[in-house]
Amino acid sequence: MKKDIIKIEDLKREFTMGTETVHALKGISFAIKEGEFVTIMGSSGSGKSTMLNILGCLDQPTSGDYEIDRVKVKALSKNELATIRNEKIGFIFQSYNLLARTSAIENVELPLLYNSKVSNTERRERAVKALEMVGLGERLHHTPSQLSGGQQQRVAIARALVNNPVMILADEATGNLDTRTSYEIMSLFQELNKTQGITITFVTHEPDIAMFSSRTIVLKDGHIIKDENNDTILSAAAELAKLPKEDH
Amino acid sequence: MRLLNLFKIAYKAIILNKVRTLLTMLGIIIGVASVIAMLAIGEGSKESIRATISSMGSNMVTIRPGADDRGPARGSGGNVQTLTLEDYEVIKESSELLSYITPVVNSGGQAINGSNNWPSTIYGVYPDFINIKVVGLQSGSMFTDAEVKSAAKVALIGQTVVDNIFLNGDNPVGQMIRFNNIPFKVIGVLEEKGENTFGQDQDDIVVAPFTTVQKRILAIDYLNQIMASAISEDDAPEAVTQLTEILRTQHKLLDNEDDDFTVRSMEELISTFSSTSDMLTVLLVAVAGISLLIGGIGIMNIMYVSVKERTKEIGLRMAVGGKGSDILMQFLIEAILISVTGGVLGVALGLGATVFIESFLHWPTSVALYSIVISFAVCAITGIFFGWYPARKASALDPITALRYE
Repeated sequence: MKKDIIKIEDLKREFTMGTETVHALKGISFAIKEGEFVTIMGSSGSGKSTMLNILGCLDQPTSGDYEIDRVKVKALSKNELATIRNEKIGFIFQSYNLLARTSAIENVELPLLYNSKVSNTERRERAVKALEMVGLGERLHHTPSQLSGGQQQRVAIARALVNNPVMILADEATGNLDTRTSYEIMSLFQELNKTQGITITFVTHEPDIAMFSSRTIVLKDGHIIKDENNDTILSAAAELAKLPKEDH
Repeated sequence: MRLLNLFKIAYKAIILNKVRTLLTMLGIIIGVASVIAMLAIGEGSKESIRATISSMGSNMVTIRPGADDRGPARGSGGNVQTLTLEDYEVIKESSELLSYITPVVNSGGQAINGSNNWPSTIYGVYPDFINIKVVGLQSGSMFTDAEVKSAAKVALIGQTVVDNIFLNGDNPVGQMIRFNNIPFKVIGVLEEKGENTFGQDQDDIVVAPFTTVQKRILAIDYLNQIMASAISEDDAPEAVTQLTEILRTQHKLLDNEDDDFTVRSMEELISTFSSTSDMLTVLLVAVAGISLLIGGIGIMNIMYVSVKERTKEIGLRMAVGGKGSDILMQFLIEAILISVTGGVLGVALGLGATVFIESFLHWPTSVALYSIVISFAVCAITGIFFGWYPARKASALDPITALRYE
C-alpha cells in the first residue's frame, strides 16, 4: 500500500467579495497516492485555481483538512508554509516564471538558495543533475532568452525537481507551448513519473493532456463531478512519433 | 536561510540591472561627493583665515592705552599716555598666563640707505617681539637684552624695506641705515610675511631695541602698546581678564571708573572671521544636504519601481520557498549594497573634487573627517530607510497575487 502524499477532506474555501461570499470550493475530498500522475480539470470558475493554490500551500482553506506528506497544513504559519513549499512541492507554471537574464543553472538553484540545509557544492551538483534529467545538460549557462519555450519549461521542471519534492504541481504547464513541444514535455513528465516515481499533479483545462495521466479529477462549481483512474494511458512519446514531421 | 545566500541573491539582482543600479547610485554619489567637497571648501577657508590670524600670532594679546574706542567718540589711543613701562613690569611679574611680553613704542619715519629712502614704521621692542609676532629671521640675528639695556643703535628690517632701500641687491646685514636721521646698524632681516588680512604690508617694518626708539627717536616716557603672548590660544581670553584686573589695580581705578586702557586678544577677530565662514559652511552644507536627500529619494523611487517591476519575481521566490523575511532582507541588502557602494564612490569623488579644486582653482580646502563620516552615514541611512519601505511592501505581498501580477 503506497502512502498518501495528499489527503484532502471536506475542503472548503470561501472568498468575500464586497458583501457577497463566493464559495469557490464546496467540500471536496480526495487523496493522491505516491507515484500517481493526476490531472485536475475544469473550466474557468470551477474552483480549479483555488484548488491549485491550496494544494501548493499558497493559500489556506476556510475549513476542512489538507495534509501533504502527513503534515497538516491548516495549522501552519506563513513562514512554515514557505518551508513546506520549499521542501515538499515543485511548482511549474504556464509562463515558466524563470528569472530573466539568469542562467539555467542559477534558475534551477533558486529553491535551494532558500534552503539553508543545502551547501553550495551540493546545490550546484543537484542543479546540474536536475538539468541533466530534463535533457539540458548542455545548456547550463544559457539564459531564458537563449532558450526555446520548450527548453524554458524544461528548466522550470528541473527547478521543480531540484529540491526533491514529494509532489510536482504543474499549472497549465503546456499552455504556452505548441502541440509537438507539449507532447515532448508530457513525455518528460511521464518518464519522470515512471522512472523516478515522482508524484505529479497537473492542473489543466486541455482534455488531451489528461489522457497522458493515470487519473483525472474534474471540478465543476466547487464540487468534484468526476474522479476516475485512466485505464488507457496514452504514451506521449508514441503520440509525438505520430505527429507529422516538422519541416526544417 | 543563510545571510550569505541572501547577499548572493541581492548581488545578482544588482548586477543584472546595471543601468538601474548606476542611476540610483548617481544620486548618492553626487550627494556624498558634494557634501564632502563643499565642507572641504568651507573648512579650507576657515583654516586659511585661522592660519592668517595665527601668522599674526593667534595667541597674541595687545594692551593699548585709552578706553575701548568702539563707542562714543573718545580720544585716539595714540595720544593717551596711560601706559607705562612700570605697567609692563607689573604685568610681567604677576601674570602666569603669558609666555612672552614686550613693551612697544612705534614711530613713523624715513628709512634711508645712501640715496634711497622709504617711509616706514620703526618699532621699539624687547627681543620677545619676534616670538609674539611669530616671525623668523631670514638672516642675521635678533638684538639681545644687553643691547636693549644699552640702547644700542641696531635694527632689523622687513623685506619691503630691504627691497626699497637696498636696490643693488647687497646683503643688508652689517650695513648702516638711518631712520629719522639716527644711524642704525642692520643686524638682521625679518622673514617675509606678506599682507595680513586687512591688506597691511607686514614686511614694511623696522625693529629696534625699545630703549633706542623710546629715548633716541621719540623721547617719550610712556608706551604706545604692550604686546604679549598667552601660553596658548585657549588661555588668551582668560589672560585678557587677568591683565585687565592687574592694570585696573595698577592704575588704581575705582569700580565706577572705566578702563583707561584696552586689552584685546585675537580671539574676537578669530570669532568674527569664523562666524562668517561658519555661515558659509552652513550654507554649503544645506545645499549639499539637499542633494543628499534627493539621492535618498532617488533610491526610494528606484527601489519602489523595482519592487513593482519585480512583483512576479517576488511571487516566484515565495512560491519556491522564500519567506516574507527573506524577500525583505533581499531588498534591504540591495538597498544597503547600493547606498554603501554609492557612498564609497561618493567619498572617492568628493576627495577627487577637493584635490581638483585645490590644485586647479587654488581655493584653500581641507577635508574634515567628520564630513566623510556624516555624509556617508546620512547616505547609508537614507538609502536603507528608503529601501526598507518598498522592501517591506514586497515582503507583505500575497504570493498568489504576486505570481499573477502582470
